[in-house]
Amino acid sequence: MGKVKEHFKSFGHELKSNKILFLMLLPALIYFIVFCYIPMPGAYVAFVDYNLKKGIFGSEFIGLKNFEFLVKTGQLWNITKNTLLYNLAFLIIGNVFQIILAIMLSEVRSKWYKKVSQSVILLPYFISMVIVGYFAYNLFNFDHGFINSLLNSLGFESHDFYSDQGIWKYIIVAFKIWSGTGYGMIVYLATITGISNEIYEAASLDGAKAVQRIRYITLPLLKPTAVLLLLFGLGGILKGSFDLFYNLIGNNSVLYPQTDIIDTYVFRSLVGQFNFSLSAAVGFYQSLFGLIFVLTINCIVKKIEPDYALF
Amino acid sequence: MSVRKNKDGFVFRIICYLVITLFALICLFPFVLMIVSSFMNEKEIMAEGYKLFPKELTTSAYEFLLRNPTKLVDAYTVTIFITVVGTVCALFIMSMAGYVLSRRNFKYRNAFSFFIYFTTLFSGGLVPSYILMIKLGLKDNILAMILPGVVSAWSIFLMKNFMKSIPDSLYESAAIDGAGDFRIYWQIFLPLSKPSLATVGLFSALGFWNEWYNAMLYIQTPSKFPLQYFLQKIVSQANIQLLIQQGAVVNTVDLPSESIKMATAVVAIGPIILLYPFVQRYFISGLTIGAVKG
Repeated sequence: MGKVKEHFKSFGHELKSNKILFLMLLPALIYFIVFCYIPMPGAYVAFVDYNLKKGIFGSEFIGLKNFEFLVKTGQLWNITKNTLLYNLAFLIIGNVFQIILAIMLSEVRSKWYKKVSQSVILLPYFISMVIVGYFAYNLFNFDHGFINSLLNSLGFESHDFYSDQGIWKYIIVAFKIWSGTGYGMIVYLATITGISNEIYEAASLDGAKAVQRIRYITLPLLKPTAVLLLLFGLGGILKGSFDLFYNLIGNNSVLYPQTDIIDTYVFRSLVGQFNFSLSAAVGFYQSLFGLIFVLTINCIVKKIEPDYALF
Repeated sequence: MSVRKNKDGFVFRIICYLVITLFALICLFPFVLMIVSSFMNEKEIMAEGYKLFPKELTTSAYEFLLRNPTKLVDAYTVTIFITVVGTVCALFIMSMAGYVLSRRNFKYRNAFSFFIYFTTLFSGGLVPSYILMIKLGLKDNILAMILPGVVSAWSIFLMKNFMKSIPDSLYESAAIDGAGDFRIYWQIFLPLSKPSLATVGLFSALGFWNEWYNAMLYIQTPSKFPLQYFLQKIVSQANIQLLIQQGAVVNTVDLPSESIKMATAVVAIGPIILLYPFVQRYFISGLTIGAVKG
């Protein structure tokens, strides 16, 4: 008790002597308290039968029934599986593209070409997923999409993309790569630029060819960055790219079995069905396992590369 | 020997140029297709679909937008408003927070940093936030599109790390001259932090410009729809009626509706494409600030 009191005393003292600093931090603190910390206990809504009139804490406690329903119907497994697989595909394919393009860009000599191509590849990152939805419409629309018009002109039948379950996983991954490659490529390029030139010069004096230089110098030196980016990517593996999926798939329920992820499910249960408890149950499941993932991965990072650990 | 070495490097570089160019073209392709589609003749779209090389070009879609600008102008106004207000607030709040957290004489900086950092690890989820927003009276309120996106933990840490790199001696000499903390922040640290302000400001401006998610959750009145949400409604409901002001007499049968859709999207991304060449270097430098962990 005495210790706690002392803590408060010293906090009070600090508050007084650094009043201005506290005041300057206050708006940000209020933001985090209101928009992040106050909703946290609200995750309790996952364990009740939510009744709008009674409020979160007045509604009847039903324990794990919401989760039971989700597990029994198999929905939880399906959206978890989809989320994990999509994120793995984004991570692995995305990183491969980013690394290959970064290495190739670092081999290019023309500064002008480097700048322009870097800008062009980063451009999609600036575009909202709503516009990506337009691109998809522009390309895959049944009646007058670009692909079908191309197929027709080559003498093929039109393909109905919007009712073809199998094809959207490729389209989603492709758009994700399209929009995210520039960002990652620049991070990798910065790492490559940071590699000392002397190493490369020594290698070329020894007669190393371009491919050997990359194989024996660039790739090994990129490994730490790649491993860390992958590990942290794995930490967020339950978080979905809601805006991408929602704008491409929307309310096209035919495609759900292969394109429904946790985030779209949470959104639909809330806004479509007003099932607050069910939606919150999935949201809580996502937050909890997300936290466990991050903590585990942080532990692993701490073991292999303590400097890079998050905390 | 040396000839062979050069040749090897030469062939490899050609491959690099080819692959990068190909990927860059893929990045540009949807934009080009969209712009071309917006200039296409409606009859040709109906008969043969969107094409990269249409037989004839027409500006009728843009003429329609010029004749019926009200809704689009409304949406633009909302988007510009939330972008400007949101970004200014974001910069002010986050640079102050970054300054405080970078001060070595601020005893609880690590505790507060963790307080902020923890929010990126765990969240209450969509439902409690949704209930809270309704309780705060933000339903159908334009603030619902600004407040949730004003502060980001990542940007605060970016500001903090940048300000940490400003020499302490500047702070000390100003403090000796009797300047208070706010004044030191405003007159010394803020002007020196321009690179990180540019990065953070552009990231948040981009976020507000592309805002549609909170609008979808909370905004009901069409005149308060931001641009992106307005666009989404047009494409998802497959109708361009939303563009037409009530009471206006328009013969909807003759409308070039398929090219209008694409023209609206072009008008919406126009400012980004136009500004992009000037701002992208701040993003690139920001990405590399973020990449070097501080």
